[in-house]
Amino acid sequence: MSDTSLRLVWVYPDLLSTYGDQGNALVVERRARQRGLDVQRLDVRSDQPIPTSGDIYLIGGGEDRPQRLAAERLLRDGGLNRAVDNGAIVFAVCAGYQIMGHEFVNDLGERSAGLGLLDVTSSRGEAARCVGDVLGDADEYLGLPQLTGFENHQGITHLGPGVRPLARVRLGNGNGTGDGTEGAWRDTVFGTYLHGPVLARNPLIADMLIKLSLDVNALTPVDDTWYDALRQERIAAATQPA
Amino acid sequence: MSGNAEPLSPRSKLAVTAGKAAAAVSRAAGRGSGSVIGGKVALRLDPDLLQRLAQHLDVVLVSATNGKTTTTRLIAEALRANGEVVSNALGANMPAGITSALAGGSSARYGVIEVDEKYLSGVARDVTPKAIALLNLSRDQLDRAAETRMLAERWREGLSGQKAVIVANADDPLVVWAASSSPNVVWVAAGQEWKDDAWSCPACGGVMQRPGDDWFCAECGFRRPTPTWALSGDHVLDPHGSAWPIHLQLPGRANRANAATSAAVAAAFGVPPQTALERMYAVKAVAGRYDVVRYQDRDIRLLLAKNPAGWLETFSLIDPPPAPVILSVNARSADGTDTSWLWDVDYGRLAGHPICVIGDRKLDLAVRLEVAGVQFQVCEDAADAVRRCPPGRIEAIANYTAFQDLRRAVGN
Repeated sequence: MSDTSLRLVWVYPDLLSTYGDQGNALVVERRARQRGLDVQRLDVRSDQPIPTSGDIYLIGGGEDRPQRLAAERLLRDGGLNRAVDNGAIVFAVCAGYQIMGHEFVNDLGERSAGLGLLDVTSSRGEAARCVGDVLGDADEYLGLPQLTGFENHQGITHLGPGVRPLARVRLGNGNGTGDGTEGAWRDTVFGTYLHGPVLARNPLIADMLIKLSLDVNALTPVDDTWYDALRQERIAAATQPA
Repeated sequence: MSGNAEPLSPRSKLAVTAGKAAAAVSRAAGRGSGSVIGGKVALRLDPDLLQRLAQHLDVVLVSATNGKTTTTRLIAEALRANGEVVSNALGANMPAGITSALAGGSSARYGVIEVDEKYLSGVARDVTPKAIALLNLSRDQLDRAAETRMLAERWREGLSGQKAVIVANADDPLVVWAASSSPNVVWVAAGQEWKDDAWSCPACGGVMQRPGDDWFCAECGFRRPTPTWALSGDHVLDPHGSAWPIHLQLPGRANRANAATSAAVAAAFGVPPQTALERMYAVKAVAGRYDVVRYQDRDIRLLLAKNPAGWLETFSLIDPPPAPVILSVNARSADGTDTSWLWDVDYGRLAGHPICVIGDRKLDLAVRLEVAGVQFQVCEDAADAVRRCPPGRIEAIANYTAFQDLRRAVGN
């Protein structure tokens, strides 16, 4: 890719866009344009092929049946795995996160195969649904501030040795395994249970994705006044519940 | 069909009286209209009360994600052409509130009942309705509500074998999926601006094709049924092809769609479209919604929008720029505590309006608007926002509890 363009692919909004997931695409798009990048955003429906030449792929959350359909169609298509082989970046949320793993439990109660892009395996929790604000300390390797988000899932995700947790939760459930981990990542593939949308609550993750795609260490600063105000408020609300 | 052919049993009568007493106590204590607590007490004394109260009425049920309170009012007004109507006009739409409303109308001929979408199947079983109006289904309060397609599935199961006439929106694939398990459906082309909950075929999961106003699934053949009624601009087209003008005090396309559905329901009870539509003009503000209030020497129109589909319809009815707009969003439990849905709403459509944001979650709105690239001011409260608005009638759009806060703030 050239230094001035960014191809942003939003995967399957027809199936996986239930929790304001478009927000993640909008935030990456906005912050890349603010850095003078020429952003091409491609929204790819599940009856269209996944382009393999994208720089950043976003995939969101959804209900149980669309999740199964999305995994089936992504496996059949094969484009996302080829894109990652080419070095593309993937940021996946909730149902999309589970699909990045080896397998998950689908709406029929059966195991569905995932794409195997993350060394994680998901099942369905027996306990109450995890719903509420989450606060976590990001993996030190990522150089990110505290993560804030909102979780709403029944899933439990076990991490294998091939990934690191995205964060350790201070509040909330995250992966739901009881070990305090939230999300998973390796190389250029990231998964999380957090909505909010997560990139609106944590704009420095969006910047991290942009930096990875440009292979640069820093971006010109942008005005983060409102993001910072929102983060402070949400972190305070999570630590001092009413 | 009408009136109280059989008197209530002593147990049912006692339940109604006890319910009224509880409602009066609740009102006296300043805890709202008391309709819900009254209904709860009454239902506890006589669990079959709802069924018994309804058996003397011709009942119409109205359910949807958006527009059910307004449509209930429109249908009630139309049916009053033929006889007395009892209705839960204040929007208490779960079984207790419905019971309380019906207990208040012992001499009525019709019961026009708004039903929360999660309770439709159960209420439909209890009250043996003559007609059920289904307007739309879309995402709403996902942190506590069922998934949207699951709701459609529950409607579908609950409506199969229903003897009622189902009056359903042919333009919403989820509603069509839910209604088509029933043998007796009147399809109304009522439109639906929001499409993002129905890109996936509810029957087979195929990708929905949506050319123009049509829609179909190329994989299983599930497709838009041919409507017999339609909203066409400012007119309702009836099954004979006659066009009847809609005159409403309520603004917007969505309310014209509600009027079209209401006319089709009224026709099922023998009220001609012209009569029905003329009577609907009487309906103005519904529980404060669409009210224009005078506050700080300014005119403020109060608009309720609870979810992405509702915001989309609301944007299409507000005055064009430079009309000032106040946006207010809360995320208390009645609103849903996850604000992610703000990102499903295209706030870019407000470009050119001076915008003031308030509410518990004004900072979520601020980030949303910043990313949409539109100008806005973050304000302390309603009074501050109104002071900062440039001249012109102010359009104030708020979600559920934010709307109640706003009404209180401006003295509505």
